[in-house]
Amino acid sequence: MADGLIDQVRAAAGQGRRLRIRGGGTKDWYGEQPADADAATVLDTRGHAGIVEYDPSELVVTARCGTPLADLEATLAASGQMLACEPPHFGSGATVGGCVAAGLSGPRRATAGSIRDFVLGAKLINGRGQHLSFGGRVIKNVAGYDVSRLLAGSLGILGVITEVSLKVVPAPVAETTLRFDGIAQAEAIRRLNHWAGQPLPLSASAWSGDTLHLRLSGAAAAVRSATTALGGEVLDAPSAATFWLALREQSAPFFAGDAPLWRLSVPSWTPPLLPGGHSQDAPPDMLVEWGGALRWMRSTLPAETMRAAARDAGGHATLFRRGSLSDAQASGIEAAGCFSPLDPALLRIHQRLKAEFDPAGVFNHGRLYPGL
Amino acid sequence: MDTPAAASIDREALVSRLQALLPDGSVLHTDEAQRPYECDGLTLFRQLPLATVLPSTESELLAVVAVCREAGVPIVPRGAGTGLSGGATPHAQGVLLSTAKMSAILAIDPVARTARVQPGVRNLAISEAAARHGLYYAPDPSSQIACSIGGNVAENSGGVHCLKYGLTVHNVLRVRAVTIDGDVVEFGSGALDGPGLDLLAVLVGSEGMLAITTEVTVKLIPRPQVARCIMASFDDVGVAGDAVAKLIAAGIIPAGLEMMDQPATRMVEPFANAGYDLDAASILLCEADGTPEEVEEEIARMSEVLRAAGATGLRVSTSEAERLRFWAGRKNAFPAAGRVSPDYYCMDGTIPRRRLGEMLRAIQQMEAKYEMRCPNVFHAGDGNLHPLILFDANDPSSLARAEAFGVDILELCVKLGGTVTGEHGVGIEKINQMCVQFPADEREQFFGVKRAFDPHGLLNPGKCIPTLHRCAEYGRMKVHGGELPHPGLERF
Repeated sequence: MADGLIDQVRAAAGQGRRLRIRGGGTKDWYGEQPADADAATVLDTRGHAGIVEYDPSELVVTARCGTPLADLEATLAASGQMLACEPPHFGSGATVGGCVAAGLSGPRRATAGSIRDFVLGAKLINGRGQHLSFGGRVIKNVAGYDVSRLLAGSLGILGVITEVSLKVVPAPVAETTLRFDGIAQAEAIRRLNHWAGQPLPLSASAWSGDTLHLRLSGAAAAVRSATTALGGEVLDAPSAATFWLALREQSAPFFAGDAPLWRLSVPSWTPPLLPGGHSQDAPPDMLVEWGGALRWMRSTLPAETMRAAARDAGGHATLFRRGSLSDAQASGIEAAGCFSPLDPALLRIHQRLKAEFDPAGVFNHGRLYPGL
Repeated sequence: MDTPAAASIDREALVSRLQALLPDGSVLHTDEAQRPYECDGLTLFRQLPLATVLPSTESELLAVVAVCREAGVPIVPRGAGTGLSGGATPHAQGVLLSTAKMSAILAIDPVARTARVQPGVRNLAISEAAARHGLYYAPDPSSQIACSIGGNVAENSGGVHCLKYGLTVHNVLRVRAVTIDGDVVEFGSGALDGPGLDLLAVLVGSEGMLAITTEVTVKLIPRPQVARCIMASFDDVGVAGDAVAKLIAAGIIPAGLEMMDQPATRMVEPFANAGYDLDAASILLCEADGTPEEVEEEIARMSEVLRAAGATGLRVSTSEAERLRFWAGRKNAFPAAGRVSPDYYCMDGTIPRRRLGEMLRAIQQMEAKYEMRCPNVFHAGDGNLHPLILFDANDPSSLARAEAFGVDILELCVKLGGTVTGEHGVGIEKINQMCVQFPADEREQFFGVKRAFDPHGLLNPGKCIPTLHRCAEYGRMKVHGGELPHPGLERF
């Protein structure tokens, strides 16, 4: 089934050509965009699609890379199950392979785990054109190194993910969204961390513009008692669904604008970040997710300013979307790179791993870091 | 063993170099002093190393790594030595590095809900230290009283609650480790993700072959207010297996879901007084935890499903003491096996849950074939089996039959779509079965991962991933009537 993809990889490796692995192209904008990217041939994964195995009582689904993410989610929903981390699609064509390779998780991440936490196995075409199988279709498996989880978020630099097995979870029986108005960022972060230390059925949070939204999911009794204990205004179900979807897909009003969108990943208890000389009394406009562990900001501040703010807090900053920058601004930010620079020892391990999986540098050259 | 050529190592020179770097008493070199380190929980394999070192700090550990790297001497890291697969079996030409003296809890942060600890800290000690904040560390391997967090990271340890709360890999935020190059590297961070490849994911479960852990930051979670446990009886193991699938299909994720067959309950009961139904062909332990309302709701739903699935009796724990008794039986299964038999061999395969009945029937046939008893306990929720083969190591025929029995079980696990190890690791115990589970190209890619971290192959060499040569030898051993085993075997 994957023969067509394998042939294309072998041909490219043989001819010294580069490949850009692409599913629905919904995340084309994500990651580094090296100047020579256009020289690479697109390897379209969409032809390799379909659910290979799904037995709801096993809590595991196996799907080929080109399977539309929406189809996979619909299949799971029909059996009352779902992907635990609520991954963003960023467009109607999102595929399962792209979802795993991008490694992005949605609102449920802080309490449920990330996409890598749910990867149980994967098949991969490496740079030698070998079709390899790692992990498996069972929940517990420690045979060999956990290469399949390593592929989550690898942005295709190690090879073409052709198939993944994911652990799935039952959809919650009950769900309620609470809204708290007039809460400053520092207070929201304090409350979120306090609540996270208590046995509450939290499943998502979002703060922006002095409003905090909190989602509770789980057993009906647990959601009911937490709703009573926490107070706040209960959103009706359709409004709540719209709200969390807009957050996940970044179609919420906060994400509008032309300035670059920064993603700051920090320890959840970090007080409001103050890049560029803001004071604690007037912190910059941010959207806070994941119980405080993820902060979004639209800003034209220099990359190093954003990176320093995240680094000082023990985290890292990613230029998530470039926005519509002038060329001069863009060149400054482009030079700084999308992702926080790696410590030299870590970079060395990255370089060696790349050389072991893709010795000729066929796949997604420069998408994660220059030279990888 | 498959090791780098450790030409001619001058043991005395090595020992004196190590002694010069470490405080008195931290370098053991006589046979007598090293005897406690000659094996881990896999006692079938014993080997004395050239020397055993017990560094107390990261800088002492770095110094040991530098000496070994320069001399080309392999290092075998060891936590508490409770591992069951020989991951810490010493190397005859190597140094055994114990992290036992690095056992400080550095910080418990109730706001961040994290614990920062040294690798030698015991698993249970973390939860004990976090208890006053209403928090705990979720993964609970049955050896949690003794096993160390560094060892848990190396083995990606599970436990009886991991269906709901995850394995070590899901509960570790950051690992600080020393590479063979002498770099101190932080994998992961206090944030929920990091830049670049997720190397933490591959470091966890790498059996001490990629780097040596010097500090671990784990996630702490709120202790549930209440937990209650159902003991369900079944008159047929297959029916019990189906009941497990029905619970999951009903959208229930129990906090714990364990199964024991009748030989296992009868073996354990005199030892643990758990109150098990000894007439049942098998019992299921299903736990619900959370708020009191939540637990009541879930116990009711689980009871309904279990009854409909054919349970012949249900008992719900009415007190914390009773719940703990139910679990005491399960957690003491291994020691109980050690009491009724001179030796026991614990298997650790995982299979898709729906193949459970098939597997148990096959094990019964193997019991007849090998004329040995094999009680079964398993983490039914995640299909992870622990058949306990009872044998007598002083009887060579008994030992040989036990090993052959184990191989049959593991190879059947692979055939049924599972894996040779769910949570105990490959070590040296299951290294031959890795040849059955992974074709040569995959194994070579694993070696590629190892080279990326450890270019000269000095960290715990010869474990976990078999060489081509070793698999060829194993293949020859297994050829029967000119046919290779499982010629049409699927990869998964």
